[in-house]
Amino acid sequence: MEKSLEQFNIVIVGTGGQGLITLLQILAEAALIEGYDIRTSELHGLSQRGGSVEVHIRFGKEIYSPLVAQGGADLILALEIQESLKGVYFANENTTFLINKFFIPILGEKLLNEEEILKELKKISKNHVLIPAADICEKELGSNVVAGVYLLSYASFKKIIPLKPNSILKAIQKIVPKKHYDLNKKTFELAKKYEKN
Amino acid sequence: MFENILEKENKKVILLGNEAIVRGALEAGVQFVSTYPGTPASEIGNSFYQIQNSKDEIKGLYFEFSVNEKVAMEAAGGASFCGLRSLVAMKNFGLNVASDFLLPLVYSGVKGGMVILSADDPSCHSSAQSEENTRAFAALAHIPILEPSTPQECKDFVKFAFDLSEKFEIPIMVRETTRVAHQSAPVKLSVISDQLSKKGKFVKDHKKFVTMPPRVLEMHQELLEKIEKIREFSENSKINSIFGNPTSSKLGIITSGVSYLYVKEALKELNLDIPVLKLGFFNPLPEEKIKKFIGPSAGGLIKVLIVEELEPYLENEVNKLAKEVNCDLRVIGKDSVPEVGELKPEIVIQVIAEFTGKKYKIQDTKYKIHGAKRHPQLCPGCPYWFVFNGVKKAAKDMDVIFGGDIGCYMLAGFSPHNIQDYLYCMGSSIGIAHGIKKAAPPAGGQKLITFIGDSTFFHSGIPALINTVFNKSNPLIIIMNNSTTAMTGHQPHPSAPAEPDGIEIENIVKACGVKNLKTIDPAKQKEFIQTVQKFLKKDEVSIIIARHPCIFLKKKK
Repeated sequence: MEKSLEQFNIVIVGTGGQGLITLLQILAEAALIEGYDIRTSELHGLSQRGGSVEVHIRFGKEIYSPLVAQGGADLILALEIQESLKGVYFANENTTFLINKFFIPILGEKLLNEEEILKELKKISKNHVLIPAADICEKELGSNVVAGVYLLSYASFKKIIPLKPNSILKAIQKIVPKKHYDLNKKTFELAKKYEKN
Repeated sequence: MFENILEKENKKVILLGNEAIVRGALEAGVQFVSTYPGTPASEIGNSFYQIQNSKDEIKGLYFEFSVNEKVAMEAAGGASFCGLRSLVAMKNFGLNVASDFLLPLVYSGVKGGMVILSADDPSCHSSAQSEENTRAFAALAHIPILEPSTPQECKDFVKFAFDLSEKFEIPIMVRETTRVAHQSAPVKLSVISDQLSKKGKFVKDHKKFVTMPPRVLEMHQELLEKIEKIREFSENSKINSIFGNPTSSKLGIITSGVSYLYVKEALKELNLDIPVLKLGFFNPLPEEKIKKFIGPSAGGLIKVLIVEELEPYLENEVNKLAKEVNCDLRVIGKDSVPEVGELKPEIVIQVIAEFTGKKYKIQDTKYKIHGAKRHPQLCPGCPYWFVFNGVKKAAKDMDVIFGGDIGCYMLAGFSPHNIQDYLYCMGSSIGIAHGIKKAAPPAGGQKLITFIGDSTFFHSGIPALINTVFNKSNPLIIIMNNSTTAMTGHQPHPSAPAEPDGIEIENIVKACGVKNLKTIDPAKQKEFIQTVQKFLKKDEVSIIIARHPCIFLKKKK
């Protein structure tokens, strides 16, 4: 990852209301701080109300398409474990799946279990990082809404995302409303602590 | 993000396509903005609303959420007639609503620069009703249309459109698609105009503003001539440009909008260098430039690929031009580029690989997507839960047709509700209900209940209600007054009690001559169910106004 970055493609999957667009904004801002070209794509409207949501961000030297191509993701960030399956379309054998070990039931459907899900994901890529981010944040910070920011920060400390933690923190400061900044900064620090464990 | 819209000049900030449209209008000195919300255009109005209500309020800039798109366009037209620069924004279907005004407006032309923003939604990510391609208005209304690809172009094209509009005294349409409107990228900013002290004045000009025959035929003629002048301008405009060396290849690509980005991505990925003509103008097309690109002066292309979403409008035009300059040219478009659904990078790369005879192996698709589909849901605590549950209980054991309309309550069509038997366009639930009730008379035993939201009722439900009363049929219409335009992001609308000077829907309904009317909080289930049952027996139209605020409004307070 040390060579000059041609491009890095991320698809974030989750459900409406999990704050995917905020994560996208933080990533875009951090990539801008590091001088990259950026394209993102998001969706708004009724379909996002609790439904499956997928947003895209690409950054690098020179980027055109706002959408990640099929099989083109370097990282799939899943804010809900069942939704990670929706990311498979964008995955290849080198793709990393960074997954929030967190279940949101689907109305009228049986919950898929962790083994079933991982079995499917392993067919395409061996790189999975499964983190109970929602539980960690709930336990340590009293809120799981910051699970996405936790995973993002973690990914940056672990160099899963080629953006410096400091850029992520600066971006959080710019994007997150002032009254929520403290919680988000604590989340960032928490990710740093856990990364070392 | 919103704060970036008002950042200082020369800065490079991340903007969403729609935010860049707002910035472009501010840089151009827009003084009058109107809209009716509709995704994927909603953030344009939202941003102006936020500016209007923030400490950064811009003096000399007027903004309103209008009652519907036609009124919004008429208002922006009126402001332009008085010499102010005006912007009106809407989604594709809104342009249909406004089209009755649009056609004569293009005939008469404008005074102050006027830009009409229309946002299409290929793949219908946030649209019911149709996969409309508003490019068709080029042929129908003769309106000049620009198509930006990126947020930077959104800003630059809007600014350019204002100048163009004023120069030729004609409204200019800027057409976005979802992947442009909701794309974000770095944008280099210029100065926000501070020349907003201009006061509008309507200068009477019968020849310009009255579209009566025989003058209207002259206007038609003048419009056609004007379009040819703009075409000359388009021929020399930098927003139609050729990338790559046209004489180096026997192949070429013509494209515009977001498709251009997929083309560039594909050429990079395939390591190809073939010339691309990127069109910023969809109408009027720079015909000479296209002819030069495909004709003998470019060394005589053998094949040209047209990469466009939805209908082959561009392809048809290129086909016509090819007959003039290069009869043997093979124009490849919809026989290889899908006509239904939006384009994606993986589609375009395959198309271009095939076009150039390059081998390209797409990522194996044998991994089909597992996991259940997660449909959107009404929010927990949403008052519509009460309405749908109550209606289902009340109508149990009865043959009831359920009419749908445009709003969050379209979710009536999904589980666990499953009560939506028809759904078309804004306000249509009532008009269709009247027709069904006339065609299937009460003796047949079929009852009909339609749902319509407060904002949709104001938008286009009222004329249909008057028709139902006057021409006498008896649907039960449930107007869901949740005090906001919820689906598109909680924009205000004229209804009381949300607005201090608001209009009581009850008063409108009474004035329309409806006798069976009751306002109920649907949370009071027993009363609600009883009223539904009682009203279903009536021989005249009846209305329940289900009044309970959207939970988001409660949260805000």
